[in-house]
Amino acid sequence: MSTQRSVSELRQDFKILDQEINGKPLIYFDSAASTQKPEQVVEAMRAYYYNDNANVHRGAHTLGDRATSGFEGARDKVVHFLNAASRKEIIWTKGTTEAMNLVANGLAPRLNKGDEIIVSRMEHHANIVPWQMLAERIGAVVKVLDVSENGDILVEQLDTLITAKTKILACTHVSNVLGTIIPIKEIVARAKANNVITVIDGAQATPHFKVDVQALDCDFYAFSAHKIFGPTGIGVLYGKEALLEEMPPYQGGGEMIERVSFEGTTFNQLPYKFEAGTPPISQAVGVGAALDYLNSADRKAMEAHEQALLTQAIELSKGIPGMRLIGESSNKVAVMSFLIEGLHPSDIGTLLDQQGIGIRTGHHCAMPLMEYLGVPGTARASFAFYNTAEEVERLFEALAKIQRMFT
Amino acid sequence: MSSPSLEEFQANALGTSTKIEDVFDAFEFLDDWEERYSYIIDLGKALPNFPDAQRKEENYVHGCQSQVWLIDRYDEASDTLYFLIDSDAIIVKGLAAIVLATLNAKSPSEIHKMDVEAIFERIDLMRHISATRGNGLRSMLELVKKSAATRLT
Repeated sequence: MSTQRSVSELRQDFKILDQEINGKPLIYFDSAASTQKPEQVVEAMRAYYYNDNANVHRGAHTLGDRATSGFEGARDKVVHFLNAASRKEIIWTKGTTEAMNLVANGLAPRLNKGDEIIVSRMEHHANIVPWQMLAERIGAVVKVLDVSENGDILVEQLDTLITAKTKILACTHVSNVLGTIIPIKEIVARAKANNVITVIDGAQATPHFKVDVQALDCDFYAFSAHKIFGPTGIGVLYGKEALLEEMPPYQGGGEMIERVSFEGTTFNQLPYKFEAGTPPISQAVGVGAALDYLNSADRKAMEAHEQALLTQAIELSKGIPGMRLIGESSNKVAVMSFLIEGLHPSDIGTLLDQQGIGIRTGHHCAMPLMEYLGVPGTARASFAFYNTAEEVERLFEALAKIQRMFT
Repeated sequence: MSSPSLEEFQANALGTSTKIEDVFDAFEFLDDWEERYSYIIDLGKALPNFPDAQRKEENYVHGCQSQVWLIDRYDEASDTLYFLIDSDAIIVKGLAAIVLATLNAKSPSEIHKMDVEAIFERIDLMRHISATRGNGLRSMLELVKKSAATRLT
């Protein structure tokens, strides 16, 4: 192993951060929406197109072999990244949203009218709507797992929520609004004791800490590459092999078949059964590079750095009169949702942008949670390892300035 | 649900005594983003009151990051179209004031003939005020144009 670079050195790999917005140095605090990409990822994708581009799995030529090995090599890296049991359990999707739709579709044959699907109140729409659509189709019922005031999941509620009719439990690993890290292992154990299938949204967890799907023992786990410093347009669905075997294909077409005739078609084996059509090859290569990047770094140090930024931000928030943090779990990733009395989140977002600072404002694709919290939306600053303490300080100077403008 | 009276619509200074030229003139003298936005905030704060009862779904302007409402009133006698706009975000209210200064209290055919793209361009020229989808400016202007189009004879 070569010597690991310090967290502050890693920032140099993100050239995009080195620019001015509205005449001020850019501060990117919207990594929970999409992370920036290190040059290693961009370079791997460039090199793929310059040197290796061809279709995968069938070319009788060298470029086809290279493309296939880049594409399948990336899958192996995902196996390692999630600690899956085998490469058959790793399906490439467009992202977390498609992964959820694929699972909802695949589990349909297991459900009967009146069966129940439990979904937490803090889910992203991507982990709500596919289940509502499935419930609608089957005549099943979606039940809600509640959230406490400070933003934790009420795990004990599962004792009464799960019934003999409960078939599926869908829950996020980390809330995109609140930042709360959900005790998924415990939730899965309670579900499993009742033969309930667990589907976990890992989109906000994978950017921040190491995930081990076998240790969690969940049935499905999904994440998006663009949130872990990889390219857009690709994500991963992990599923336990036996369940994936049992599930019908999601889309039909090339790649996903073994043999096609008008008398009948047989489907390809896992994972290809779920990957109809030419897959996102360059993107997979980009995922491979992103995972290499994370593996070569000291993830514990990155995590500690992000946590330090969060602690600093929480401390500084006390200096802004009327600033209210939304989501105050003691166990959370570096995401800070907030409101400031008298200011609309959209006003905050606009005026921060004037000062070179990019945050997200609005409902964060979690309208049921917003409704529960009784707010129309929040402002959200999310931190990644490439952010600095100085940037966090500047955020609060900028917020103080905005507040002065309104008085 | 009582709709505001014609007098209430007519009491709106934006588009009558305050014209878009006044807004652009004011901008000329503002040097940096802070002054410009402070001015927009002031415009927003001065926006005429919007009746609470009219903050309902049919008056809701979709496609904005904040909540925006718009109502109109056509006075046939004078062939004049009046608007009131509201938002829960102050900067959006300020942008609404700019929209009203441009298009309020005009005849439908005048509004119809106005080149909305040119208005966008001019607002964009006021450095830093971009007519992006998120701030609702575009949606507001489109609704005003639509309201005018339905009253063309």
